[in-house]
Amino acid sequence: MTVPAAASAGFLVSALKESAFFALIALVLAVPLVGLRTVQEVGGLQIEPRWAWVAIAVGAVFVGRFLLGSLRHLLAMRGPRKERPAVAAALQASLRYLAPLLVVFAVALPFLPIADRYVLDVAILVLTYIMLGWGLNIVVGLAGLLDLGYVAFYAVGAYSYALFALNFGLSFWVCLPIAGLLAACFGVLLGFPVLRLRGDYLAIVTLGFGEMVRIILINWYALTNGPDGLSGIPRPSFFGLPFAFKDPGGETFHSFFEIAYSPGHRVIFLYYLILALALLTNLFTLRIRKLPVGRTWEALREDETACRSLGINPTNTKLTAFAIGAMFAGFAGSFFATRQGFISPESFTFIESAIIVAIVVLGGMGSQIGIVIAAVLLIGGPEFVRELQEFRMLAFGGLMVLIMIWRPRGLLSFREPTLRLHPIPGRGGSPLPPPADSSP
Amino acid sequence: MTVRVPVSGPGHDGAGADDGRILEVEHLTMRFGGLIAVDDISFIARNRQITAIIGPNGAGKTTVFNCLTGFYKPTVGRLTLHHPSRGPFFLERMEGFRIPQQAQVARTFQNVRLFNAMSVLENLIVAQHNQLMKASLFSIAGLLGLKRYRDAELKAVERARYWLDRIGLTEKADLDAAHLPYGDQRRLEIARAMCLQPVLLCLDEPAAGLNPRETHALNDLLLSIRDDFGIGILLIEHDMNVVMGISDHIVVLDYGRLIADGLPEAVRNDPTVIRAYLGEEEDEELPVEVAADLAAEQGEPGRA
Repeated sequence: MTVPAAASAGFLVSALKESAFFALIALVLAVPLVGLRTVQEVGGLQIEPRWAWVAIAVGAVFVGRFLLGSLRHLLAMRGPRKERPAVAAALQASLRYLAPLLVVFAVALPFLPIADRYVLDVAILVLTYIMLGWGLNIVVGLAGLLDLGYVAFYAVGAYSYALFALNFGLSFWVCLPIAGLLAACFGVLLGFPVLRLRGDYLAIVTLGFGEMVRIILINWYALTNGPDGLSGIPRPSFFGLPFAFKDPGGETFHSFFEIAYSPGHRVIFLYYLILALALLTNLFTLRIRKLPVGRTWEALREDETACRSLGINPTNTKLTAFAIGAMFAGFAGSFFATRQGFISPESFTFIESAIIVAIVVLGGMGSQIGIVIAAVLLIGGPEFVRELQEFRMLAFGGLMVLIMIWRPRGLLSFREPTLRLHPIPGRGGSPLPPPADSSP
Repeated sequence: MTVRVPVSGPGHDGAGADDGRILEVEHLTMRFGGLIAVDDISFIARNRQITAIIGPNGAGKTTVFNCLTGFYKPTVGRLTLHHPSRGPFFLERMEGFRIPQQAQVARTFQNVRLFNAMSVLENLIVAQHNQLMKASLFSIAGLLGLKRYRDAELKAVERARYWLDRIGLTEKADLDAAHLPYGDQRRLEIARAMCLQPVLLCLDEPAAGLNPRETHALNDLLLSIRDDFGIGILLIEHDMNVVMGISDHIVVLDYGRLIADGLPEAVRNDPTVIRAYLGEEEDEELPVEVAADLAAEQGEPGRA
């Protein structure tokens, strides 16, 4: 019995030491942050010390750290930890059912009792970010090119729809491909100067590109109306039928289908529109991953030198990744413009790019469903905890820190090979013929 | 740009490719600023032969490879690849990635360069990128799921399976390349290069870090590649068991210069090579008087 007792005593000393150290850090932080408070007095701002609060904070950290250390110690005494990979494998297996379930849920959402106008608006916002995340995933997750200026392509898409619709009266469905094409051209335009850059340098240049686009939008007053933005952007119609109560030109959506007019129809239509666009992005990505282009993107991410030694043209490969990623941002941008009815450079700041990159990284680079979960957490989460008000950003930051501690490579970071020689029974995958006996 | 200039001029009277030569290196020089890494090297590599390039560390062996495969542009020199069906290529004029693509020169690297997060099979499929890209009409046929692409992919998988069988990795085909043991990674890199269907295979220290059993298996693999496919193999290697065991022809470099070129037997006994590469033999180098003193000293203990 003496050995465990001695071990416990040793543990107690080390745990107390550790707790004291953390309490000291807490003290240093708490004195300026908690201990001093400015109050409005008659003669101006006065500093009011709150030492009791400091004591509480330091005490809480000391006790909390001690309890945490003891808990770990007790768990360690109970024997080795259970296998983690089993959990990961179970999670991976459940993903196969999770994805179709999510799609069914997304399709049914507008008809569920919880779906009021507010929920649908949040859902549209989340889906927009999911689509942007999936689009950026092509560039960052597959091709491994860190792009911090992705919002520039989103802006190009939004402004091209707005300008074509306002100046030439083109409909949404005509403008959508044009916006995608223009954004793709901008992707190539960004791609050329950064072909030789990698990692940090690439990130800085793309960040600069994003800012350039925003500043051009602010200053090119004649075309973009500068910081005032463009308003009165036409709303989408249901293949020509407007969602209005009355249309002087003819039928409207509700009169054509002979249903009662509701302003919610347009929201539901917008919801399905972005759902369809997002699913299109997803299907495209899943498909192209299994094609030579997609595999080359991933190979380029792994080792550019080896790619060159295999006769792969790195220039074309990078440019296609930039162009296709940008195209989906362009689609999302035109949706954004038609949904808002008003756009200004304010909507395309660096923070938007940062959020999209955060979604991709948090979701696990290259993981489609990880991006969905990350977008719901990062975009939907803050909306549903509005009651926390000023602590929202604190919760947001805390969540990011926790995820990065818990899963440093992102929520779902496993990668399924694009084709298997030995398919796992019961799981889909491209079936291959049995080996030919005659192979030399 | 495709460079397929007809070979002509002095030294090239059209008979070049007839004696089975696949690669002709003439006066290759590579300078980095003031440093001359490779200095006026000329040699010939032939089909159905393993040509070893040996030399001490820093002799310029890998620089020769980098010039051949387009990673460096040579300062001076001509590198002619006599492709059996597509005619001669001047490698020094070609853009890096076109050398494997058009002249079909494949290489491996001193420090293994695999696509680590991709599966073993995917590594071999990526190597067949250019054929698949053509078959998929730059992915359009692939996106539409046309039969044309699916057939091409099955063919690519079949070739990958052949090479997996050959290097004994069929069972591990769906593992990530990074999870393979080191010896398997080395073999996979060679298989990946062979999936390019090269006419010249350049191997940069393929036996480095292998145990004796793996080295033996590597020797067999290289000999069988040479005999089954009739291609030329260029081999940089430090392991003399490999070099002397399988080479048909050895080129020795030292400080960027070519110091010997010939059959393994001749090179093994060449005094210049022995001095440069295998270490100096002391009594050959010592001045006469010192040698005489030494002999006297060695005789002394017997006298005392």
